[in-house]
Amino acid sequence: MLRFIGKRLVQLIPTLLGVSLVIFLFVRMIPGDPARLIAGMGATAQDIALVREDLGLDRPAVQQYFSYMGKAFTGDFGKSMRTRLPVTQEIGTRFMPTVKLAVVSMIVAIALGLLAGVVAAIKRNSWLDYLSMTGALIGVSMPSFWLALMLMYLFAVKWHLLPTFGSDSWKSYVMPAVTLGVGAAASIARFTRAAMLEVLGQDFVRTARAKGLQESRVNLRHALRNALIPVLTITGLQFGFLLGGTVVVESVFAWNGIGRLLVDAVEARDYPVIQTLMLVFSLQFVLINLVVDLLYGLIDPRISYE
Amino acid sequence: MNNQHLRKLLRPFFKRTSAVIGLAIVLFLVIVALLGPELAGNDPAKQFYDHMLEGPSRLFPLGTDQLGRDILSRLLNGAHLSLAVAAAGVVAGAVLGIPLGLTAGYFGGWWDAFVMRVMDVLLAFPGILLAIGIIAILGPGLTNVMIAIAVFGVPQFARLVRGSTLQVKSLDFVQAAHAQGAGAVRILAKHVLPNVLAPIVVMATLRTAQAILIASSLSFLGLGATPPSPEWGSMLADGRAYIETFPHVAAFPGIAIFLTVLGFNLLGDGLNDMLDPRLRRNL
Repeated sequence: MLRFIGKRLVQLIPTLLGVSLVIFLFVRMIPGDPARLIAGMGATAQDIALVREDLGLDRPAVQQYFSYMGKAFTGDFGKSMRTRLPVTQEIGTRFMPTVKLAVVSMIVAIALGLLAGVVAAIKRNSWLDYLSMTGALIGVSMPSFWLALMLMYLFAVKWHLLPTFGSDSWKSYVMPAVTLGVGAAASIARFTRAAMLEVLGQDFVRTARAKGLQESRVNLRHALRNALIPVLTITGLQFGFLLGGTVVVESVFAWNGIGRLLVDAVEARDYPVIQTLMLVFSLQFVLINLVVDLLYGLIDPRISYE
Repeated sequence: MNNQHLRKLLRPFFKRTSAVIGLAIVLFLVIVALLGPELAGNDPAKQFYDHMLEGPSRLFPLGTDQLGRDILSRLLNGAHLSLAVAAAGVVAGAVLGIPLGLTAGYFGGWWDAFVMRVMDVLLAFPGILLAIGIIAILGPGLTNVMIAIAVFGVPQFARLVRGSTLQVKSLDFVQAAHAQGAGAVRILAKHVLPNVLAPIVVMATLRTAQAILIASSLSFLGLGATPPSPEWGSMLADGRAYIETFPHVAAFPGIAIFLTVLGFNLLGDGLNDMLDPRLRRNL
């Protein structure tokens, strides 16, 4: 197991190096003079020279990259252009609220998606199947920002059941988590249904039924467990999309997380913060996919880690 | 392809009601996008000062916004923006991604390894984040949104086409063309590409749905279309401030985006059924 984790981590190195290169090149790809743009309107020649020196733009590119990487490994990602606070400090305080929201949303997505997918497959071609799949189609087609606003109008403004924003109580999680989770739930439901239908048609399921096992035991222990591998893959990918979705949902619900911080940073052209956030988001995504790979073996013992 | 073949191919598509509904929605949208300005009763930028923030009425079927502009006229005028940006972005992504996937799959070796590692890097920025990163570099605006959608699509097309190319390249007719002395470009263009087109068409349709969501999300966040553009995402952003008192301002652009995305998703699923019989029973 440890060897497998080690091997997978080594395989990640080229991707992570590529990600670091993209993020390093990020500022250098700005059309025109990045230093002038970052220094802002009305900056003097001295200010621009200072920014250039600060970012190391006056040195050869290879040297700049190694210097950037060296600093990154010690946790030095520079200072925010807006607040002049270290970027790690800016992101540090906003990181956990996003993780909490993402995890709650993912729980909502998995619960809804698995339930709808399994029911649709077991009750194939019944009204429950049509209802689940229509719901899933609506879920993947719904713009999250619109769903957020409509939920806000109904549950906060009209019926006064939930708070419009904030993250103090469990109630404040309901609307953002549902908004974020619906899209992922829809994809999970569609994949679960397809995977379950495939498994339900196989011989071992017929054997299980022939043995006289209870229908619920056949469906859950025999069929669902075998259908989980493709479902797990899509769940990992959906978690990535969900992280991306926090950018929109946090902005609507004024959630104090890194998604909203990214939008604010893009608006203010705060490049050190944007760069680091892109790195944080991609690292999270890559690590989640690693965890998904590791979970395969737990679900299906036939998959070897060697 | 004779008529009988075509009928056989199209039958699974037209047998599925949802696919026909999707096709109808998409065709309707294309007509609206082409004729939008003629269909609209009012200039999308014209302000009716006596009718600000009014609900639906005979004069304004979908009501007016905070500046007294006719929401229906703005939606009709904005249709071509939403569709054109998404479609152009997806096509550009396909044009760049398909040759990469074809050559990576066909030639293999170091080129394959290199292309796929670069694609892995692009895919490591999930969902809308790559698009936001590109907007951060290039600045807001619809052209840049289109570029962002294109870059977002490149790895997805490249991966899909590479996989299909790997399957097709070992088939007899490709080997025969190779034995006859056909060059790589000819084999890829004449023999491999036509045989991997089906999944490309399905993916392009489904990606258009996703691209419309991304473009409108970016405009909603103020990173895409800029006011007074009647782009649907930015119309929704305008309505956000009035959600407590005049929800119709945000509701109608949202419904328009939802129906458009739904149309492309239904059409994509229908095409998938038509072109990939293996999935016909399950999805």
